[in-house]
Amino acid sequence: MADAEIDIRYVAHLARIALTPDEEKKIAGQLGGILGYIEKLKELDVAGVEPTAHAVPMVNVTRADEIRPSLPHADALRNAPRQANGLFMVPKIVE
Amino acid sequence: MLNQLTISKLAAKLASREASAREAVQSCLDQMARVDGKIHAFISCDPADALAQADAADKLLSNGGNGASRPLLGIPIAIKDVLAVKDQPLNCASKILGQFISPYDATAVEKLKAAGAIVFGRCNMDEFAMGSSTENSAFGVTRNPWDVERIPGGSSGGSAAAVAADECLASLGSDTGGSIRQPAALCGCVGLKPTYGRVSRYGLVAFASSLDQIGPFTKNVSDAATLLGVLSGADPRDSTSVPEPVPNYAAALNGNIKGLKLGLPKEYMIGGLDAEVKAAVDAAVKKFQELGAEIVEISLPHTDYAVATYYIIATAEASANLARFDGIRYGLRVDGNDPAELYSKTRGAGFGDEVKRRIILGTYVLSSGYYDAYYLRAQKVRTLIRNDFLKAYETVDAIITPTTPTAAFKIGEKSDDPLQMYLSDIFTISCNLAGICGISIPCGFTKSPKLPIGLQLLGRPFGEETLLKIAGTFEQNTLWHKDRPVI
Repeated sequence: MADAEIDIRYVAHLARIALTPDEEKKIAGQLGGILGYIEKLKELDVAGVEPTAHAVPMVNVTRADEIRPSLPHADALRNAPRQANGLFMVPKIVE
Repeated sequence: MLNQLTISKLAAKLASREASAREAVQSCLDQMARVDGKIHAFISCDPADALAQADAADKLLSNGGNGASRPLLGIPIAIKDVLAVKDQPLNCASKILGQFISPYDATAVEKLKAAGAIVFGRCNMDEFAMGSSTENSAFGVTRNPWDVERIPGGSSGGSAAAVAADECLASLGSDTGGSIRQPAALCGCVGLKPTYGRVSRYGLVAFASSLDQIGPFTKNVSDAATLLGVLSGADPRDSTSVPEPVPNYAAALNGNIKGLKLGLPKEYMIGGLDAEVKAAVDAAVKKFQELGAEIVEISLPHTDYAVATYYIIATAEASANLARFDGIRYGLRVDGNDPAELYSKTRGAGFGDEVKRRIILGTYVLSSGYYDAYYLRAQKVRTLIRNDFLKAYETVDAIITPTTPTAAFKIGEKSDDPLQMYLSDIFTISCNLAGICGISIPCGFTKSPKLPIGLQLLGRPFGEETLLKIAGTFEQNTLWHKDRPVI
C-alpha cells in the first residue's frame, strides 16, 4: 500500500509545535507508514453505522447551578512561568 | 519483609500491631534504595512526607481507627506520575510541566487517602501515557525487574515494576489502550482496567478522554478487589463517572465458577503470537475447564481494525487535550515575539518525539478535509467493535485472551518503529474502545530467560465482580503469582 502524503509543516503549524528540519523529515516518514496502516479502515462498509464518541450510557449530565468552591487564586497562579499583579504574564498581543 | 506482603496480609499485621505503618513505609524505602538504581520505577519520592503519613496512620491504628471505613490504613501505595497528588510534583514524565506542583488531589488519590493509604512516590511512565515500553520518558527508561535488559511495558511501566520489585504494596496506573494490563502482564503482577466511568478521572492528566481509566496494580486479585472498591463511584467533578452502585468486590471472590461461560475469540490466535505465550494461555484455558467453566469459541470479527481505530481516536483526542500545555499558565515556557511563537517554541522544546508524533497525527485526522475520512470513520468502526463485544456477552460471561502477543521485549528493540510498538497493544486496545473492563493476571513464564506471561480476562460493562471472581478462582488454583523476581 502506498504511504499517504502528509504536509508535515502545515500540520505542525496547526498543532503549534516547532519542529527542526530533522524532526520534520523523521516524523513525516513515520506518519506516512502509520497512515498507510490506518488506510485499512477503508475496507469496511460503515454505511448506516452510528459513530461512537464514548461508551458511557449517559447524556447531558448537568449539576445544580450553584456556587461551589473552586481553586483559590493563589493556587491557580502557583505554577505560572511568569506572573504580575495576580495575573499570568504573556507576550504583547495588540500593538 | 513488610514490603513483600499483599495488602490483606500487611493490614492484618498492622491491625494486630505486629508491625507499624512506619516500619512498612521504611521497608518500601529500603527496598527502593536497594533496587531502584537498577529498575528506575520511580521518578521521585518524598520519604519525609511518606513517613509523616505513616506516623499519622500509626496514631489512628493505636486508637483502633482501622476497619471497614479505612481498609487501607497504613498501606503504602505508589502513584503513576499522571495523577495529581496535592503539594507533590506532577510531570507526566515530560519536560513540558517543568517544576509543576499539584494544587489539589485527584479524586482517586483523595479516595486512597480517605481509606487510610500512605500515598507516596511518582512512578515513571511513557510521556503523557503515550507508549508501550516506558522508553518515552524524559526521566529515563524503567527496566523490567525480571530482566533489566528488557522493558517493563507501558505506559504505566513504573507502577508495574514498583509492585513487581516489592518497592510498594500496590500502585495506581492509567489505561488508555492497555497501559495497565500490558505492563502488569510483562512484570508478572495483577493489573485491572475498570469499565469506563467506574472510577473518576478528575485529577488524571487527560490523554484520550473517551478511553482513559484509572486502575490498580497489585500482587494478587483480592488486593485488586479491595482497591477497586475504594476507587469506584460517581464523582460530581467527572461527568463521565457513572452512578452505578459499588458492590463489595472482595465478597465476589467466593471461588466458584462452575457453569460460567468463557469465550475464546478465534481472531486473537494470530500469527505473531509467541509459542510459549500461546502454550501458557492454552494451559490456563484447560485449568478453567477443570474448575468447571465452559469454554466457548466466539468471534470478534472487527478485531483486526482495532489498532487503526485506536490510533485515530486516541491521537485526535490527545491533540485537543494537550493543547493546554502552551507555556502560559504552568510549566515550561520558551519565549517568543508573540503568543503563537511562544506556544510553538515551548511545545517544540517541551514534548518528546512520541508525543509530537501523536499530536501531529491527531491534528491531521481532525483537520479540514480529512475529518470524515479518518475520525468519523474510526468512530463508526468503534461502534462495530463495541457491538462485537456486546454480542459476545449475550452468550459468554467473560472473554479470555493473552494480554500481549509476546513476553517483555528488549530495550531499544521497537523504539525506532512506532507502528511495531503500536501493534504490541493488539490484544488490549479493543477493551478501551468498547468501554468494557479487563484484568491481566499471571499465567506462566517463558523458559529462558524467565519472563512473566499474562492472561487477559475481559468482562461486561460494570461486570468487575464476575471478572474478579474468575481471576481470583484461577489464582487460588495456580502458583504463578507467588513467584518473585531476583533483583
